[in-house]
Amino acid sequence: MSSNEWPLWEVFIRSKQGLNHKHVGSLRASDASMAIQNARDVYTRRSEGISIWVVPSSLIIASDPSEMDAFFEPSDDKVYRHPTFYNLPEGIEHM
Amino acid sequence: MDTLIQDKLEKEFQEKIDKDIKIEPNDWMPESYRKTLIRQISQHAHSEIVGMLPEGNWITRAPSLRRKAVLLAKVQDEAGHGLYLYSATETLGVSREDTIDDLHAGKVKYSSIFNYPTLTWADIGAIGWLVDGAAIMNQVPLCRTSYGPYARAMVKICKEESFHQRQGYEIISNLMKGTEEQKAMAQDAVNRFWWPSLMMFGPSDADSKHTEQSIRWRIKRHTNDELRQMFVDATVPQAELIGLTLPDPALAWNESRGHYDFGDIDWDEFWQVVGGNGPCNKERIEARIKAKKDGEWVREAALAYAKKHQTN
Repeated sequence: MSSNEWPLWEVFIRSKQGLNHKHVGSLRASDASMAIQNARDVYTRRSEGISIWVVPSSLIIASDPSEMDAFFEPSDDKVYRHPTFYNLPEGIEHM
Repeated sequence: MDTLIQDKLEKEFQEKIDKDIKIEPNDWMPESYRKTLIRQISQHAHSEIVGMLPEGNWITRAPSLRRKAVLLAKVQDEAGHGLYLYSATETLGVSREDTIDDLHAGKVKYSSIFNYPTLTWADIGAIGWLVDGAAIMNQVPLCRTSYGPYARAMVKICKEESFHQRQGYEIISNLMKGTEEQKAMAQDAVNRFWWPSLMMFGPSDADSKHTEQSIRWRIKRHTNDELRQMFVDATVPQAELIGLTLPDPALAWNESRGHYDFGDIDWDEFWQVVGGNGPCNKERIEARIKAKKDGEWVREAALAYAKKHQTN
């Protein structure tokens, strides 16, 4: 009965205060609170986290990998955005 | 699709693989690569889940509270590993439920080792030490497999598996320090699990139809026979240290090869068990089908509850 399959959720975990939530995988759950509880049992059995986000997988919108080169190209051709582009006079070591 | 475009995509794909660039879910991949992964990762997931059954058999009869707590934690880990792997399988565009139904319909396999029964407490030790030990040998190289979600799942699994092997070796070692009956029980468990553990690495390279392509795609990093040899080399000294005899008269150190020689595997037994005729094949699948069926009303109720609260 595939029509009764629980929705898929993506799980994000903050491993400690001061760090971002990071994607760790997915799971099936009937609603958000079950998804949070299942995420705790599946992904944090050994103190891997202190905070969990769950997001319905169907709501994730992703960039297209086949367009990757053209899409990210504008950031590759602007070398002047990097500090190493600039010449510093002798004697200036830290800037 | 245009053959020229197809060829170009395949060439680019192989170039990425050769450069050890991981393949991610939305990237283009050959259909046969996707199918191979679905087969391998779902079989792996099913093995974790079916693997809970022989060990679960001993949870209520563990000899102490410590052993019981450890075994519960281990079996819970196996469930977790199954779930990481179902999650990885779903990134390839198949639904979890279809994957599970394929197992129940006998369309996909799981590791043949779980079709052997666990007759005594010593079997739990033998499983942890030998079966998890063999699994780790297989799994460590899979942490570098070419498909990103599979590799990431394997990293998590490998971190958790080492406790599994140690707890098994501890059980067996303690029995070997016990009474004559306890020693005999440990030896008997090892006698029964040694050969099936060697079979876990799959058919010999000459008979393995998937190995060559899987190595080219860097899904696998070693052949079945290479991994089997690594396992034998690692395990023989562990057996000797605690006074166990491995049930193979041909087992001997080969100075010139730098490896242990070992006897021929009974491939008839292997193909019988893989083909569904092992001691517990029927029982294992029936247990999984029953679990799904018995939980059906719970899943429906949970979904109905979720829908009701969504609309209110």
